[in-house]
Amino acid sequence: MNSRSAAPREPRADDLGLDVERIREDFPILRTRVNGKPLVFLDNAASSQMPQAVIARYVRYRTSEHANIHRGVHHLSEVATREYEAVRAKVRAWINAGEEREIIYTSGTTDSINLVAHGYGRKFIGAGDEIILTVLEHHSNIVPWQMVAEEKGAHIRVVPCNDAGELDIETYRSLFTERTRLVGVTHVSNALGTVNPIADMVAIAHAHGAPVLVDGAQAAPHLPVDVQALDCDFYAFSSHKLCGPTGAGILYGKARHLEAMQPFKGGGDMIRSVSFEKTTYAPIPHKFEAGTPPIAEVIGLGAALDYLSAIGIGSIGAHEDELLRYATDRVGAMAGVRLIGTARQKAAVLSFELDGIHPHDVGTLLNEEGVAVRTGHHCAQPVMQRFGVPATVRASFAFYNTLPEIDALVAAIRKVQKVFAG
Amino acid sequence: MSAANQLYQDVILDHNRKPRNFGKLAAASHQAEGLNPLCGDHIWVYLRLKDAQVDAIGFDGQSCAICKASASMMTHAVKGKSVTAAEELAQEFRDMALGRLDPESAEHHLGRLKVFAGVRDLPTRVKCAILPWHTLHAALNAVAQASTEGEDDPVPGSGVEQPGHA
Repeated sequence: MNSRSAAPREPRADDLGLDVERIREDFPILRTRVNGKPLVFLDNAASSQMPQAVIARYVRYRTSEHANIHRGVHHLSEVATREYEAVRAKVRAWINAGEEREIIYTSGTTDSINLVAHGYGRKFIGAGDEIILTVLEHHSNIVPWQMVAEEKGAHIRVVPCNDAGELDIETYRSLFTERTRLVGVTHVSNALGTVNPIADMVAIAHAHGAPVLVDGAQAAPHLPVDVQALDCDFYAFSSHKLCGPTGAGILYGKARHLEAMQPFKGGGDMIRSVSFEKTTYAPIPHKFEAGTPPIAEVIGLGAALDYLSAIGIGSIGAHEDELLRYATDRVGAMAGVRLIGTARQKAAVLSFELDGIHPHDVGTLLNEEGVAVRTGHHCAQPVMQRFGVPATVRASFAFYNTLPEIDALVAAIRKVQKVFAG
Repeated sequence: MSAANQLYQDVILDHNRKPRNFGKLAAASHQAEGLNPLCGDHIWVYLRLKDAQVDAIGFDGQSCAICKASASMMTHAVKGKSVTAAEELAQEFRDMALGRLDPESAEHHLGRLKVFAGVRDLPTRVKCAILPWHTLHAALNAVAQASTEGEDDPVPGSGVEQPGHA
């Protein structure tokens, strides 16, 4: 995997195919010290860090390329428009979409899902219709559908999961009726890390004539995503979990759905012509991109995809799998620790709780050791209810994390237990 | 030792494992439910008031150690006090947790409660410490439910803090 090393070398304990020490040098923030200790950043599922290449691209745009896009005939507007539009091809390639016009820029995954809820849901879902969601969804793939269901008098059906955090596919199959209008499912659970069998679930939904929206926020940074192979109808993800800036995201949709959809936001840049008698909309993708977008952020996302592509999603995923395996073994073997989410197929997330210690106390004391984790309900309260916990501690990994950082997590957990043991 | 470690050393060992006055109070005259939706802390405070005095007090519910220890020490501190004195103490505790009252220099009635002064250096945990006092205040004023969020937020200006994402 490491094509740069021509000569054979001694394998090391942390030899996972990536030159992680060199990669870490690309991320200035990883040199931060917290409470006098080296930062161990294990909150990547909330937001990943930016490599210098992305920061530099962002600064270059701000320094020498900024103007509004699709507007002026002047030099800067042309440069900004070209650089901004060029990112569509990179995104298309990242998820293997068929066409660039199927790539809609949004402000993030939440915005992408809301666009489908408003543009597709409110047009094609009516009274008595049904929407299938899963118990593993992030609130952002629950609440927009509840809003549509409430407005239209539609109903939501929920796919349960087993004690490992794997969806019950037989129950899923049984939830379809002739009123099923849409399925919303996360590719990777943000709270548990479960990788869901999307291709199978899409095939089942399509057999019942229902389109599928996939929340890919936690999958796009870790797995090779091929929307054509998955055959999903919509795929949503965010820039800031992919080493890009916040404020930018993507909605992929099959062209025929996007063309049938109602625009969500009206305004400039989304029209072909406007008069008070009749306005005609621009063709996709611009039909959904009203107003001045986050230009610098989209260009930053493009730089992030360049950076990640150079490393390769295969190498990234393999390294993260090794980190997850090691962390699962080491943390799972500790006395007083209960892992939450033990699916056979997982990506980059280790959720757990410590006996008799509230996750927020764990988070505060881990921070004392420089270890950054997420504690709380992870915007997935139905998952917490399913597992009977108010919150969990979640360590989530990126390709720039190392095995010694997991050792640091384990040592820090031990310290927390010691404080509480008195 | 850091603020967090000091705080945990001082209060957790004792009050988290052996909270005082833990449990529902029989024949409570006042009670309120306190909720910190960001943390998941969920407690009830029960009071029996007699002649404008806190005759008996109890609490229960599920919470983090900071909240539980704060509630435990609160019940100990306000039992037998007048309603006015309890309200005054609640105000002082809140000011201390927010760093507006330095227990080393200002006058106060906090006594051993000043071990919580260190929470001012843990901004994400201030509400955990304040919640029991906020709930006590609600119970004293016959308000059924208190929350650390929304209109009821005991920490002005903290409404910008969000629970975070993903």
